[in-house]
Amino acid sequence: MATAPLLTATATGDVLELRPGGSWIAANVATLERLSDAVAPQLDRSSTVKLDMAEVRELDTLGAWLLEKMSRRATSAGHRAEVVGVSDNYAGLIEEVRQVNRRTPAPVPPPNPVVAKISDIGRSTIGAGDDVTAFLQMLGSLCIAILGVLRRPRSLRLTSLVYQFYRVCWQAIPIVVLITFLIGAIIAQQGIFHFRKFGADSYVVDMVGILVLRELGVLIVAIMVAGRSGSAYTAELGSMKMREEIDALSTMGLDPIEVLMLPRIIALVCALPILSFIGSMAALYGGGLVAWFYGGMGPAIFIARLHEAVSVTHFEVGIIKAPFMALVIGIVACSEGLRVKGSAESLGKQTTTSVVKSIFLVIVLDGLFAVFFASIGM
Amino acid sequence: MQTAPGQFAIRVHDLVVGFRRHVVIHHLALDVRRGEILGLVGASGGGKSVLMRTIIGLIPRQEGEIEVMGAPIGGNHDRTTRNAAGRWGILFQQGALFSSLTVRQNIQFPLRENLVLSSALMDEIATAKLEMVGLKPEDGDKFPSELSGGMTKRVALARALALDPAIVFLDEPTSGLDPIAAGDFDALIKTLQKTLGLTVFMVTHDLASLNTVCDRVAALADGKIVAIGPMRELLQSEHPWVRAYFHGKRSQMLQPKAS
Repeated sequence: MATAPLLTATATGDVLELRPGGSWIAANVATLERLSDAVAPQLDRSSTVKLDMAEVRELDTLGAWLLEKMSRRATSAGHRAEVVGVSDNYAGLIEEVRQVNRRTPAPVPPPNPVVAKISDIGRSTIGAGDDVTAFLQMLGSLCIAILGVLRRPRSLRLTSLVYQFYRVCWQAIPIVVLITFLIGAIIAQQGIFHFRKFGADSYVVDMVGILVLRELGVLIVAIMVAGRSGSAYTAELGSMKMREEIDALSTMGLDPIEVLMLPRIIALVCALPILSFIGSMAALYGGGLVAWFYGGMGPAIFIARLHEAVSVTHFEVGIIKAPFMALVIGIVACSEGLRVKGSAESLGKQTTTSVVKSIFLVIVLDGLFAVFFASIGM
Repeated sequence: MQTAPGQFAIRVHDLVVGFRRHVVIHHLALDVRRGEILGLVGASGGGKSVLMRTIIGLIPRQEGEIEVMGAPIGGNHDRTTRNAAGRWGILFQQGALFSSLTVRQNIQFPLRENLVLSSALMDEIATAKLEMVGLKPEDGDKFPSELSGGMTKRVALARALALDPAIVFLDEPTSGLDPIAAGDFDALIKTLQKTLGLTVFMVTHDLASLNTVCDRVAALADGKIVAIGPMRELLQSEHPWVRAYFHGKRSQMLQPKAS
């Protein structure tokens, strides 16, 4: 490729003559870097370094910098360095490179690992406190927005509300029905399989009925909604934040909470009970089908047993939880969306946080409700 | 700067580009000489960016040939286009910096992907590029979201120049900059073009930069290059759109009577 060797070094006494040749360009960087590292000890030894660039055929910033580094190394050791034979084509480039990297920014000292760990823990503790504050703040501004809407009902964004409801509720029905149907079926199958050992197959109806209506129907649907709609809310609001759309709304004298978040959260609060109901029915249907085909219990018997096993109370316990869970999901999703900063990475991070946090809070809330209902005897 | 005739950096021949029925570029021919700064002007929505994006292979063409540095460019993102990508750098209108990387990492990205070199050298090269575009080494640790508009353009230029390309494409490099920053940026482009021997293909509306830095100016109207030449030739052009562009009210404010 290159006719002349890339670098010839001839040492005569105290004088080191370097003759770079051929292509000093980025494509050859691996070789060039090795060569220039190899002559470094010689550079330190000789008192005069002569850099003859007459043989250089091609030169780019990278090559010019490597050559400049050699001559700089010699000068910094107090030796003399002269550069000769620079062709006119490259004079400008050499001159430009001579100006750069003169002042290295002060390196940031690496932090003590123990201190860094402790400060991380401290930071995340404070962060947890901030999370609570952010949640309460969002809840408060939401209440203010609701009061505002109650005073002036016309300021409710009805179109937006209906559209969000369509997305969150109507479009979610197929997937909710499918998943809860399968879960109902699986519970029934497991119940029949294990209860059969005690000859207690028929109690599977009690189990499916109570479990689905009280707990699973609403919990599974809430988790699905958090993953499906909560993440969408965070991503939407986050990218609106990134593109200054939210700032634009505020400057027009509109409250972003009222315009963007209120319709979304109300839509979610309306949607989750409906979805929970549909989901519970689908789960019971799935359980019933399995009981029929796998357990040999006809639909009439299943329904009759279901009548005895469950009461409206069970259904109420389940469905009362739904709007509260929706509220938690909506508030977490919106406040995480508003925390997005400039980068694409932060959008992804905030969306993940939103889903993880809302699923966690939904489960915690479910636990609190269980304690509450137990103590009031429902 | 004058090179031998036939030495072209970009050759576009009989190019047709359109989206479904809507033809944007209509049998266009354009030659860019090596080592020149070519300014491309045209109406907003008239296909300037489409032409640029077609040359770099982002938009498929319907007909015609494109050669960049003597190598034909495929109609799509195929191997020939990717090979050619090492020889050009592109400054997008909004900078298109990777928002999750720091400024230094943004500049190092093409180096890291294409070359094998030590990280110390990579840091030095990145700092060198930063300083060449007039930024401070400290700016290397910032994230793109912390940069001003002018700095974003400079960093994007540094990234475009990371691999020492033969050609840089600039999409409206001075839009959104104040006149002083725009003037500085023009001077920077001119200096870098001289020191690095670049060919510059610049889409711009900035009459001042057309006047000061461009060796030649090409006017794109009705999907064709209707006039090409040094600025003073374009000022004398009889084409109605070119006349309206250079002799409109806004242009008159900027320059003394040309004819």
